[in-house]
Amino acid sequence: MKSINTIQSIVLPLNRADVDTDQIMPKQYLKRIERSGYGPFTFDEWRKDPKFVLNNPLFQKAEILLAQRNFGSGSSREHAVWGLEDIGVRVVIAPSFADIFNSNCGKVGILCIQLEQEIVNELMSLAESDTGLELSINLEKQTILNENNNIKINFTIDNFLKHRLQNGLDEIGMTMQKEDSIKAFEETRSKIYPSTKSII
Amino acid sequence: MSTKKTLAQKIWDNHTVHKENGIPDLLFIDLHLIHEVTSPQAFESLRINNRKVRRPDLSIATIDHNVPTTDRTLPNPDPLSIKQIDALRENAKDFNIPLFDIFDPRQGIVHVISPEQGLTQPGMTIVCGDSHTSTHGAFGSLAFGIGTSEVEHVLATQTLPAPIPKMMQVHIKGRVNKGITGKDIVLAIINKIGVDGGIGHIIEFTGEAIRNLSMEGRMTICNMTIEAGARAGLIAPDKTTFDYVKNRPLAPKGEKWDEAIEYWETLYSDPDCEFDSYVELDGQEIEPFVTWGTNPAQSSPISGSIPDPSSIEDPAAKETAERALSYMDLEAGTKISKIELDKIFVGSCTNSRIEDLRAASEILKGNKVAKTIQAIVVPGSGLIKKQAEEEGLDKIFIEAGFEWREAGCSMCLGMNPDILKPGERCASTSNRNFEGRQGQGGRTHLVSPEMAAAAAIAGHFTDVRNI
Ligand code: SF4
Repeated sequence: MKSINTIQSIVLPLNRADVDTDQIMPKQYLKRIERSGYGPFTFDEWRKDPKFVLNNPLFQKAEILLAQRNFGSGSSREHAVWGLEDIGVRVVIAPSFADIFNSNCGKVGILCIQLEQEIVNELMSLAESDTGLELSINLEKQTILNENNNIKINFTIDNFLKHRLQNGLDEIGMTMQKEDSIKAFEETRSKIYPSTKSII
Repeated sequence: MSTKKTLAQKIWDNHTVHKENGIPDLLFIDLHLIHEVTSPQAFESLRINNRKVRRPDLSIATIDHNVPTTDRTLPNPDPLSIKQIDALRENAKDFNIPLFDIFDPRQGIVHVISPEQGLTQPGMTIVCGDSHTSTHGAFGSLAFGIGTSEVEHVLATQTLPAPIPKMMQVHIKGRVNKGITGKDIVLAIINKIGVDGGIGHIIEFTGEAIRNLSMEGRMTICNMTIEAGARAGLIAPDKTTFDYVKNRPLAPKGEKWDEAIEYWETLYSDPDCEFDSYVELDGQEIEPFVTWGTNPAQSSPISGSIPDPSSIEDPAAKETAERALSYMDLEAGTKISKIELDKIFVGSCTNSRIEDLRAASEILKGNKVAKTIQAIVVPGSGLIKKQAEEEGLDKIFIEAGFEWREAGCSMCLGMNPDILKPGERCASTSNRNFEGRQGQGGRTHLVSPEMAAAAAIAGHFTDVRNI
């Protein structure tokens, strides 16, 4: 996982609510067994519309995606996050995120920033203007800035997630250091629960 | 701090391996369900990092998303599906994980086979790389969907770091009327709280109407908890639950059964425990529901009409509704019962269990599917298919004009050849009406199996209670 510290980029405005992961990464692309190369399939159906925001050359290099509430709802497919990662998205800003999507982003190394609806609306109208909106995001300071537009927003983030994102830490490695606790738990775990060993 | 706990908190605390300020709790996972679509990259990463599967004995794999539901002795037409299915076979073999392969009579949808085998039991923690893992909460277990990175985490450590969710109680007051199913109840709930109403929460469903449901009905409700955005949904176990689990292949036996019951009977939310939020619905007001839009909250009772988006105040909801109506090619004000259909799909982890098939066939008995309609029924597992055939349900479906298929996810998400063509309109017993979910350009209306059967006969939606 790549670490995140500061991101400066134009904002890709996706002014829709309840964007589900079926839209971000349609099912026909979930059959691949690879972990990379999902970029070209991201928002596949919507991209067929020439007016769809991702087709606007202004946003080709956008690393910040701005969307409306409940972003990433539906299916648990991490492929949706891999697709966003592959088109260069490092930060998603929205009024709210679906839980599994949010957690998947944290594992892949994409920063999800939750902001109040009014603030998202303001940013959205600036980002949708002809010139677009450029923002700089500083994870250490937890700030979103654009001096020209007089934007200075503080955001909150769970400390542990922040630490992991900043350092690109492998969570499995961290859990494996708790081997003793896992073993101890396993020894006292109730014996009533099934083992799948006997199933075959 | 209050010592009174919700059911979900009890299970959570019983599975906490490590607790430390400032970091997520580390939960032990009692059962890990695996399927072909969300696991290949997890196994691949294990190999790259030279890691093992810690507890293959607490894992089970099945093939469900990609399999054709027609004759499986014929070659699978899709080379990519073959590759993905072969990858799971190889991973299961290399890492010693039991697999229900396509000719195993126990093969089926991952959320159907686990309860069927008695693997899903009260008080467990269950995960799967699939959002509808919430289904297993029907047994009073803590079950949630995870992404592929987390699948890898569970494979490697049998644990999952998880931030403590909030608790929500959804209470159905009183009984529901005759003819109202679990599907109608859950669609009514999602309609009320919205597709994001449950974000960050575990929902516990309570009330007489919930208690009166069979395990199948409870599974339908918990299955769709994720459609309200919740992390998980659960229902306290009771006699209905115990009776369902008893004597299943993996259920505790003998002394262990008594021990299990003694423990399971402690699994309820303490009286006066605190939930972070509370929602109440009046059971008497719930009608058969039909969705008209492209998310599961965009729905209406069968007696209703499609709402006018211009009457919606919230700008985001209005925009979503306008886009949904344009995608669905529907006009505001149209009566739900006037919507005509091309296809009927009875299946999916929401509604493909024996009770669902019995209920749909009961409506179909002696009737014919309308000439304009193609209808398929896809049992949730090989064992359900067999049982239905023993009960003669297959004959009722076939005589009515349905196609009788092999078990799998099928047209719930159309990763196999079962898809809607662009513009086709389908009454589906599945759980998601997202754009393109059942096939690019396809239009999905979610309903109960009974309502799907009634629509199959009429050619359009109709109140099943009048049939
Ligand atoms: S039936 Fe549908 S919702 Fe259920 S596991 Fe299969 S694809 Fe997912």
